[in-house]
Amino acid sequence: MTNALWYFARGSGVVSLVLLTVVVALGVGARSGRTAFGLPRFAVNLLHRNAALLAVVFLVGHVVSLLLDSYAKLRIVDLLVPFIGNYRPFWQGLGTVALELVAAIVVTSLLRQRIGARAWRAVHWLAYLCWPVAVAHGLGNGTDRSTWWLWAITMTCAAAVAAAGAWRLSAGFARLEHKTPRRVARRLELEEVR
Amino acid sequence: MKQKRLHIDWTACDGRGLCAELLPELLAEDDWGFPTPRDGAAEPAVPPALEPEARRAVDRCPALALRLVS
Amino acid sequence: MTGATHAPGATVERRLLAGASDGRLETHLAEHGRMPALDAGQIIGMARDAGLTGRGGAGFPVWRKLSAVAAAGRPAVVIANAAEGEPASGKDKALLAYRPNLIFDGLQLAARATGARSAHLYAPQAALGAAGRVLDARRAAGLDAVPVTLQVAPDAFVAGEESAVVAAVSGRAAAPADKLIRVIESGVDGAPTLVQNVETLAHLAMIGRYGPRWFRAAGTPEEPGTFLATVGGAVTAPGVVEAGYGVRLGDLLAAAGGPSSRLQAVLVGGYHGGWAPADPALPVSRAALEPFGAAPGAGVVLALPEQACGLRETARIAGYLADQSAGQCGPCINGLPRIAATLADLAQHRARPGLPAEVQRLARLVSGRGACRHPDGTARLVLSGLRAFEADVAAHLVGRCLATR
Repeated sequence: MTNALWYFARGSGVVSLVLLTVVVALGVGARSGRTAFGLPRFAVNLLHRNAALLAVVFLVGHVVSLLLDSYAKLRIVDLLVPFIGNYRPFWQGLGTVALELVAAIVVTSLLRQRIGARAWRAVHWLAYLCWPVAVAHGLGNGTDRSTWWLWAITMTCAAAVAAAGAWRLSAGFARLEHKTPRRVARRLELEEVR
Repeated sequence: MKQKRLHIDWTACDGRGLCAELLPELLAEDDWGFPTPRDGAAEPAVPPALEPEARRAVDRCPALALRLVS
Repeated sequence: MTGATHAPGATVERRLLAGASDGRLETHLAEHGRMPALDAGQIIGMARDAGLTGRGGAGFPVWRKLSAVAAAGRPAVVIANAAEGEPASGKDKALLAYRPNLIFDGLQLAARATGARSAHLYAPQAALGAAGRVLDARRAAGLDAVPVTLQVAPDAFVAGEESAVVAAVSGRAAAPADKLIRVIESGVDGAPTLVQNVETLAHLAMIGRYGPRWFRAAGTPEEPGTFLATVGGAVTAPGVVEAGYGVRLGDLLAAAGGPSSRLQAVLVGGYHGGWAPADPALPVSRAALEPFGAAPGAGVVLALPEQACGLRETARIAGYLADQSAGQCGPCINGLPRIAATLADLAQHRARPGLPAEVQRLARLVSGRGACRHPDGTARLVLSGLRAFEADVAAHLVGRCLATR
């Protein structure tokens, strides 16, 4: 049983990473406002959201199986406080950080209408921090880290995120870029009180 | 039952165009991708049949620029 | 041109602007005395009986606004709006300089009527020094039950828009806000807020003293009272003139020294107004101006001489309005510059087939699609220009201009 839990914990960890990579790439795609592979914009948007929810499922599976596995020695408190774990505390701590960032991003997204666009967007930017932390956790913590296939998967994911990031920063990123950017005119701002 | 209308917060709208895809009967896109109510009203009327799609548009708008008002 | 009987009150007449103009409290009290004590119901009743409408451009019935804010049941905020972002308008500056006490009397009446606990004057930086001194004198004399705070109005066209005023008084940039929740319900710090043009408040102060019937003796039965007109352009003595609604255009122009040359048209209502024929018999009233897509608005009358090109002037104004967009709303910040550029092409003889139709399409496209009425007002101005200067449009399309021969 313990073996099964252990394998599931590692496997779901890898699947979570791959899914998070897909989520980041789809997130950039959604932000671009373009249709993709014949899908309308709202479908790209929904795909990004659904992939994120799926990633959460596997992430929860990863965490729960580790909690249940006595060999892993993971405690509930380790999910909340990073870097105090029993096994490779630093790399495991990164996993805690990534978990909490995912939780923050997902919860704020589900409560978007309540908290407003500005607060939601501010937290959502943390996705760009969350992903590399998750990758570092996977490479540093996983006992598979010496295997070639984990490196191969990780490198592929990194290449995908790098490409998505490069696209995000590129000049012709948003559709209809001849649109004048919206910005409150300087002259309307209140001057410093004299 | 009072007719529902779609309110667009223009200070938030960034012309991402998801709403026009979800509600093509109500909204077209202008030269710059911003939604244009087909009935010419500032707040287009939402017939009951289109209410589910309208709610989805309100939920999915990346800029949170839409609201369903009665 | 007009078959309607000319109302006796539709003449040039000084009421707000009557008397000495040193702006001092002693002079004001000597002329008008102290404001009689009135309760909220009386104030709203007098405003209703007088038929007082807003003089800031929108012309909304004042008693309705007062009632709505009072009905909210929470302590309100009242703001006297002297921003006057309209470049062609000078009446609010003049009123604030020469009749500040009328404005502040009216502000106190509005505060009483709405149950307001705080009041503000929103005015350009340059006017605040003098206004502050008047307020100090009033405080010393115990005239202002509700204290008045000064707020700088940025020098911008849209800074005088109701929700922009509320934003500025709340400490934010003076940008118009989404109208999902009206400022009457929730404005400054969530309080029900009344924003009223300073001229409107001055009229309210006069009504408070002299009564609704006195107010109605000027103007027409449908549009009672006097209004302040900033008469400019091709007139020999441009300035602020007071007259009853329905006043003949010729009388208004005469009060500003008369035209300095033969006139082609007049722009009425300001940069969000419309072009009307320079017919001396034309009454300046909502009813008479409606066929031309114009309205008295904030009382601007800009005379266009025959030797000027109406299209070029319209294009110039459109360019200014495009530049003055708050920058928040997509259709406005994208559409207005396009309208201005297309109109400029037409005005500068860079003719392309379908130019007028393109301008009309764009004007209809931007209307109703913004947080405020800036795109609508611009569209109105532009469409009225294409109508008023129709013959010139045809000439421009073949490389000629009717005005500058």
